[in-house]
Amino acid sequence: MTKDEIVAGLAEILEEVAGVNPDDVTEEKSFTEDLDVDSLSMVEVVVAAEEKFGVKIPDDEVQNLKTVGDAADFVLKQA
Amino acid sequence: MTATGSKILSFGHYQPSRVLTNDDLAQMVDTNDEWIQSRVGIKERRIADGETVADMAGFAAEKALAASGLTAADIDLIIVATCSNADRSPNTACKVAAKLGIASPAAFDLNTACSGFSYALANADHAIRAGAARNAIVIGVEKLSEITDWTDRSTAVIFGDGAGAAVITLTTGDEEPGIGPVVWGSEPSEAIAINGWRPYIVQEGQKVFRWATTTVPGIALAACEKAGVLPADLGGFVPHQANLRIIEPVARKIGVNPDVVARDIVESGNTSAASIPLALSKMIERGEVKSGTPVLLVGFGGGLTYAGQVVRCP
Repeated sequence: MTKDEIVAGLAEILEEVAGVNPDDVTEEKSFTEDLDVDSLSMVEVVVAAEEKFGVKIPDDEVQNLKTVGDAADFVLKQA
Repeated sequence: MTATGSKILSFGHYQPSRVLTNDDLAQMVDTNDEWIQSRVGIKERRIADGETVADMAGFAAEKALAASGLTAADIDLIIVATCSNADRSPNTACKVAAKLGIASPAAFDLNTACSGFSYALANADHAIRAGAARNAIVIGVEKLSEITDWTDRSTAVIFGDGAGAAVITLTTGDEEPGIGPVVWGSEPSEAIAINGWRPYIVQEGQKVFRWATTTVPGIALAACEKAGVLPADLGGFVPHQANLRIIEPVARKIGVNPDVVARDIVESGNTSAASIPLALSKMIERGEVKSGTPVLLVGFGGGLTYAGQVVRCP
C-alpha cells in the first residue's frame, strides 16, 4: 500500500463519514481546521480506517493525527 | 402458579417542569445551540428544583402503578437504578415504598450508571422466575444536575433529570414471557467517572463514543438473537439516550426501522439510568409503539457497563 493509496482511502472514508469532498483531501489538510471534521466524526474516521487498512489506531494516538498526511504516515507505519 | 417468566404491565414517567434550553446554557458556559445540536442532538433538558431522586422515582412509580391494574398491596419487589442519589440509607427503593404505601417489599438500589434500567429489569425478571417475587416495580431515576460541573462545557450541555418506571408481573401457563433474556457485561474503564465526594461527572467523550458506536450494535444484535426477534421486526428501539450521534448509527447498523427509534434525548438530554424508561413511557403515551410488539432496550455507559433485552410492549 502506498501513501497515495492511503490518502485516497481516507478521502473515501471522509466523504462517507463527514460528507467531505474527496477532491479537498490532500496530505497537508488538517482534519478539524480545513476539512471541518469534528471530534466525534474523527472517531468514526479512525474506526473506518482501522477496518479499511487492517491497523490499530489507539485512542491516545488520535490526537496526534492532525493532518491527512499524519494519518497516512501512521497507517503506513502500522500496515 | 409457577412463573414461566415475566412481562411489563405498564410504564410511567416524571420530568421536572423547569426547562433548560441550549440558549440558557450559552449564558452559563462558552457554547451555543448549533454546537450542542450538532454534537449531541439535544435541544433542551429538564432540571429538578426541589425534587429529590426519591421524589422523582416515587412520581414515576405512582403513575406506572396506577396504569398497571395492580395495587400497592400486590407489589413485593422494588428495584431502583440510579447513580446520582445523594442519600445512602434508607435507599431510594425504601423511600418509594413509603411514598406509595407498599408495606414490605424487597427493596434495593443498584448502580450501573447509564445501563441501570436494563440491569434492574433483568434482576426483577430473574427474581420472578426464581419465585422470589411476583410483582415488581423497576425504576430508573437520576438527578444528574446535582453532580454536573456547570462550568465544564463538555459535560454541562449533556445531562438532565428525570425518572421512568415499569410494573412487572409474572407470566404463567401458556402465556409467552414478555421480558427476553438479558445480554449484560462490563469492560472496566474510567472513561466515564463520578468519583470522590463531592463528585462530578467527568468523561472522555471520544473514548466513550468509540466504545459505544463499536460495541453497542453487537450487544443489540445479541439481545435480539437471544429473544428470537429480527431487528427489522422491532416495534421500538430504545437505546440509552446518550447522544443522537450514537443512537442513529447504531440503529442503522442493526437494521431497525428508523421510525421506531427513541430520540427523547432531543428534549430530555442524557438522563443516565432514567433515559430508557423515560423515553419508552413517553413513546407509549404518544401511541408510537404498538401494544404487544417487541421493543429492544440497550443500556450502556459508566463502568463501562452494558445490558440489553427485548421486551414486549404493554
